[in-house]
Amino acid sequence: MKYYPTIGIECHVQLATKTKLFSEVDNDARHKEPNSCVSPVDYALPGMLPRLNGEAVRLAILAGRAMNCEINASSRFDRKHYFYPDSPKGYQITQFYHPIIGEGYVDLPSGGKVRIEHAHLEGDAGKLTHFDSYSLVDLNRVDTPLIEIVSMPDIHSAKDAHDYCKELWRLMIFAGVSYGDLYNGNMRFDVNVSLAPEGSNELGTRAEVKNLNSFRSVERAVEYEIKRQSKILDAGEKVIQETRGWSDATGETTGQRSKEEAKDYRYMPEPDIPPINLSEEFIATESAKLPLMPKDYREKFGEIIPHDTLEILLDYPQLMRKIAEVAGVLPEEFNSGHTQGRSAKPTVPSQTSSATPAIKLLSNLFASVLLAEEKSAEYLNDLPAGKQLGDLAEMNAKKELSSTATKEVFLRLFDPQMRNKDTRSIAKELGVIQENDLGALEKIVDAVLAKPETQKAQEDFRNGEEKVIGFLVGQVMKESHGKANPSSVQEILRKKLA
Amino acid sequence: MKIANKTVTATRLVKDALEKAKHFADYNIFTFLNEEGALKKAAEIDAKIARGEKVGRLAGVPYALKDNFLSPEGDTTASAHILEGCASPVTATAVEKLEAEGAIMIGRANLDAFAHGSSTENSYFGPTLNSHDKTRVAGGSSGGSAVAVALDIVEFATGTDTGGSIRQPASFNGVYGFKPTYGTISRYGVVAMASSLDCIGFFTKTPEDMDLLMSIAAGQDPKDMTTLPDYYNTNSKASPVHKIGIIKDFDNDVVDANIRNALKDKCELLKSKGYEIVELEMPTLKYALAAYYIIQPAEVASNLSRYDGVRYGFRSNDSSNLDGLYENTRNEGFMPENKRRIMIGNFVLSSGFYDAYFLKAAKARTLIIDEYNKAFSKCDFILTPVSPNPAFKLGEKVNDPVAMYLEDLMSVSLNLAGVPGLAIPAGETAEGLPIGLQLVGPRRSDKRLIEFAKEII
Repeated sequence: MKYYPTIGIECHVQLATKTKLFSEVDNDARHKEPNSCVSPVDYALPGMLPRLNGEAVRLAILAGRAMNCEINASSRFDRKHYFYPDSPKGYQITQFYHPIIGEGYVDLPSGGKVRIEHAHLEGDAGKLTHFDSYSLVDLNRVDTPLIEIVSMPDIHSAKDAHDYCKELWRLMIFAGVSYGDLYNGNMRFDVNVSLAPEGSNELGTRAEVKNLNSFRSVERAVEYEIKRQSKILDAGEKVIQETRGWSDATGETTGQRSKEEAKDYRYMPEPDIPPINLSEEFIATESAKLPLMPKDYREKFGEIIPHDTLEILLDYPQLMRKIAEVAGVLPEEFNSGHTQGRSAKPTVPSQTSSATPAIKLLSNLFASVLLAEEKSAEYLNDLPAGKQLGDLAEMNAKKELSSTATKEVFLRLFDPQMRNKDTRSIAKELGVIQENDLGALEKIVDAVLAKPETQKAQEDFRNGEEKVIGFLVGQVMKESHGKANPSSVQEILRKKLA
Repeated sequence: MKIANKTVTATRLVKDALEKAKHFADYNIFTFLNEEGALKKAAEIDAKIARGEKVGRLAGVPYALKDNFLSPEGDTTASAHILEGCASPVTATAVEKLEAEGAIMIGRANLDAFAHGSSTENSYFGPTLNSHDKTRVAGGSSGGSAVAVALDIVEFATGTDTGGSIRQPASFNGVYGFKPTYGTISRYGVVAMASSLDCIGFFTKTPEDMDLLMSIAAGQDPKDMTTLPDYYNTNSKASPVHKIGIIKDFDNDVVDANIRNALKDKCELLKSKGYEIVELEMPTLKYALAAYYIIQPAEVASNLSRYDGVRYGFRSNDSSNLDGLYENTRNEGFMPENKRRIMIGNFVLSSGFYDAYFLKAAKARTLIIDEYNKAFSKCDFILTPVSPNPAFKLGEKVNDPVAMYLEDLMSVSLNLAGVPGLAIPAGETAEGLPIGLQLVGPRRSDKRLIEFAKEII
């Protein structure tokens, strides 16, 4: 039988705040010793009280706006109880009854739309590492601020599930609310998959695959579940509602909690944190700090940058911001860092035709030169100044730099020692500025045409042997030590030999 | 209470207090005596005075710290086995403020484990005895604190009041006990019982001392999001008091005749001083105890979840796996009353019963808040008994939880409403047991309330 899959996705996003959600301890535990980023509040010493981090609230507002969501003026925290060593308090502080982010939607690049049911703020759990006869507890991650984004069941294919997760990731990194480092678990996905007979109005029983940490594994897990559940239904059996784990190695999901009875989390309003009440004005002010989003870039640059190039670059907010800056639509500080640069109100780029060549050039250089570089990860953290790139584009447009020279100067700009130099002097040092002075070029051409070894070629060209023009251009280039602009040379040659 | 820095030294005061504490050892008041630390601090203060340096408002004043306040001096046990041997790396905000003014903690005072109880009989370290009759209970949960002040061992003691835990032991021992408006004093560093009800307060021998302590301890604390901005030291103009309300609903046989008579006497006294006595009907207060014994155990169950033997405190040796570790540690580490509240609390929060119990209790709480607001539109303060009975016999109610809970009948509604209440000594019964009355005010009327107490003496 044919089945129609329905997929809902819950996504946990770690927020890039300086400190934890409820304590003043460093929130970035990457490369830190286990249990070194933990305060008495985090490890739940008796008598400790949570202190809500305002930065997390502000980032949640941005995240919500990035997904076109309502921001609720009043929200509240609840306690979700369970016993496990990754939860020192014996409960997680979350927003069960009144989340901060309300309904919204995410547009998929393919044109689809996934509605957001809500998203809420909560604290992350610690990390356990299991050994044969013991387990180790690392509480560094305890109460790292998370937002959990809950989608409506609007997804119906593995590909859309992949695209939705990737688009969410882009929204979060463009909004600057998360580092978006999937390898370090900055975003994790729980995927609910159910199948119903084609044409049926009712949803089937769902299985939830938890803790997926890449778009590819989301896609593969959904594909696997569709196959697995189809088989079960074809055999006339019933899908069990359960939580399943995913293995990248085997490419399979396996039942995790079949033995365990349904959990009762005994939710209770968190009495230690007063409700978050946000004024309309505050929400508006914070929302206005949302930088340009992927859809803005698609709208403004979609006609200029080829589709495939644009989709590659849309994984790198810093590159898109740099292009926008050079195109004159963003102030400089938008490029200076990850969570910085939200202070200035983004201006929607008004596309001027003069900026078009620069946008084309930079997007091409970024996509095919920078990202192909071995050191690209390093380079991406420290981009050249907008002025330097702008000058590069201008010199390229004026044909002062050949395409090869442009690439060479472009890469040279990433040398930290070049930070304070202007592009022209760098190009000069490299000796790659093209000779465009037509008078001077003409003199060189004349000199070449006077040479005995070019006489035969000149004659052949006049007799209609078109291809020898290449030889002549080469001779001129040689004479100019490579600095002549080949198309100008050809133009002059054609005139002279006509 | 101010130390006479000419005639007596801090060292003398602390030595006297420690001697008295030892003299009354059979009352089982302290879980820890801070001999070394207290004498060291006293010597520092004496040296300061000798050098002519400025000292705080409580310089050299010995006090008892209820053993659910965190400080590095002595283990913070909350009189619970599961926290035995737990040294704290942090200091409660309230303790910090008192010590900054020079107060000297001479010992940690006994309480019902985790402050669960009305008699201090639920302490892992055994009950504290009543200051007036050693066959009777001290009241609770702050029994040790009340008796330490009543026996004149210390000038004051700290307490916590979730449903009457300061006011009831104060009235059982004939001292002043104050539960401030919710959020007046920071809860940071105090072992939580039921977070939305817990209040930090004091035991003293006079209203003047209470006022001084409140002016020191009150104020907003960034470490406790539920604290109020300091109104205690800023509300300048107190409007004059005219009308005192009494609650008709409490004037019945449930209340001991001695206590009813004491209340009548005080009303006569107030009338003679020109105050008007207003009779109030507050019918929703009869739901207070039921609502309290749903909300409180729910928050208790939640707050006690952290005691799992994984990170600190007692851990059972008898555990071969994770569930066993939890079960055995909590089974051996908690007192029967702790377990009772954990079970009630988890029951009322469980998914099938949340609406029927917790949510309904939360609604009742709102009605009780409204009831108090209405009452305070008719009078300035309310005068009521603290508890239906004077101190009862040791062991009398320990096996009858409901009889024990009924002790809280007149005290818990204040915690649900967040309003302040001051227990005032009001004579003795024919048997010589102290009687206490409580003066109740609207939220943030704390300073006026304490000042008005002088009128009733």
